[in-house]
Amino acid sequence: MAEFLAMGGYAFFVWGAYGLVAVVLIGNAAVPWWRHRRLRNKGSGQGKAH
Amino acid sequence: MFHRFTALSSPRHFYAIASAWLPWLSVLTALGFAVGLYWGLVVAPPDYQQGEAYRIIYVHVPSAWLSLMVYTVMAGAGLVALVWHVKLAEIAVYECAVLGAWFTALALGTGMLWGKPMWGTWWQWGDARMLSELILLFLYIGVLGLHNAFADSRKGARVAAVLALAGIVNIPIIHYSVEWWNTLHQGATVTRFDKPAAHSSMLWPLLFMGTMFILYFSTVLLARIRVRILEQEADRQWAEEVRRG
Amino acid sequence: MNARQKRRLGLAVAVSVGVAAGVALMLYAFQQNLLYFYSPSQVAAGLVEPQTTFRLGGLVAQGSVQHETGSMEVRFALTDGAHSLPVHYSGLLPDLFREGQGIVTLGRLNEAGVFVAQEVLAKHDENYMPPEVAEALTEAGQAPVGISW
Repeated sequence: MAEFLAMGGYAFFVWGAYGLVAVVLIGNAAVPWWRHRRLRNKGSGQGKAH
Repeated sequence: MFHRFTALSSPRHFYAIASAWLPWLSVLTALGFAVGLYWGLVVAPPDYQQGEAYRIIYVHVPSAWLSLMVYTVMAGAGLVALVWHVKLAEIAVYECAVLGAWFTALALGTGMLWGKPMWGTWWQWGDARMLSELILLFLYIGVLGLHNAFADSRKGARVAAVLALAGIVNIPIIHYSVEWWNTLHQGATVTRFDKPAAHSSMLWPLLFMGTMFILYFSTVLLARIRVRILEQEADRQWAEEVRRG
Repeated sequence: MNARQKRRLGLAVAVSVGVAAGVALMLYAFQQNLLYFYSPSQVAAGLVEPQTTFRLGGLVAQGSVQHETGSMEVRFALTDGAHSLPVHYSGLLPDLFREGQGIVTLGRLNEAGVFVAQEVLAKHDENYMPPEVAEALTEAGQAPVGISW
């Protein structure tokens, strides 16, 4: 396990790269999901008379 | 068949179709990434030359592939927006620009983290591959900027589409940069007419991760366009019904 | 597609082709300036202006590496198969530095014809394989180290 994390001495670079990718991809996936939830909640909170 | 296509271009229909597909695509993407990451980080052997550092390839190359692919999709959507004034295409231009910019930034960032230990440098301004990829990032940002510069967002989208189309020449430049000029960046491993230059134990996880990145892009693009439609069509009845659940 | 849409399509295509043509022309004109490094043969042919700092690219010649004990100084030769240039460098070497490795170095030629380097970068090729496969290739007489020029 320690060997795996060390990545042959290149831990900073390998995990840095994967970390960067994780943050960006998860962030970009979260944004529309969160925006959609906010829109849905705003809508259901208001009862509009037609 | 053309009728099905025009039906898809209606925002309301697109919203319904996207909403149905998204849960499945999301689960598939998450599972796929788990498999791909395990494959590339654990199963694949170390490289004879670069040791464990080469594993950055499994995120760097797919990011770079997507940065080019998304631009092409964006330019295609831009063409549809310009010629046929399809609202969905206009939205697609913007959302592709956002995602494409992020993929380009990832390609550059992971590239720097790979270059420092292996080449001995974070960046070389004289390298045609790095420079043209950086210009790609500027093009994406330009598309976003142009879009936001107009009060009428439909007009802004079409002006941005012109820039997207004009910049399409950068795509083959980026790809062939390592052949046309002497560069520090090495030549193509996969996208070439020769046999791939990677051993199968490393090639397959790379192709799998590339596919997962494409799946991710499709899923998130769908999600972003879907929520953008809901925002823009807010005063329509179907949109209100959706929001009220 | 009606006439107006046909016109827009034509305009869009014209813009893309126009910009592509303009860029192609520019790139052709700048061919020389975008050259990133010179080979030893190009240096031998006198293609490099004297007294300038430039980049030299080649493979580390077999048996040419000499480390000065107790210092960061190293001497080696860069070759492209046809010509070879001696290089003198003092500083950090990239992890990949070894005989047969592709190298791109920045520096100047001194009066003695030695390339005094201020930066040494490793240029690796696009081949990836496990160590066992590399060993098998080496035993078969097709060692994969170095770059394909």
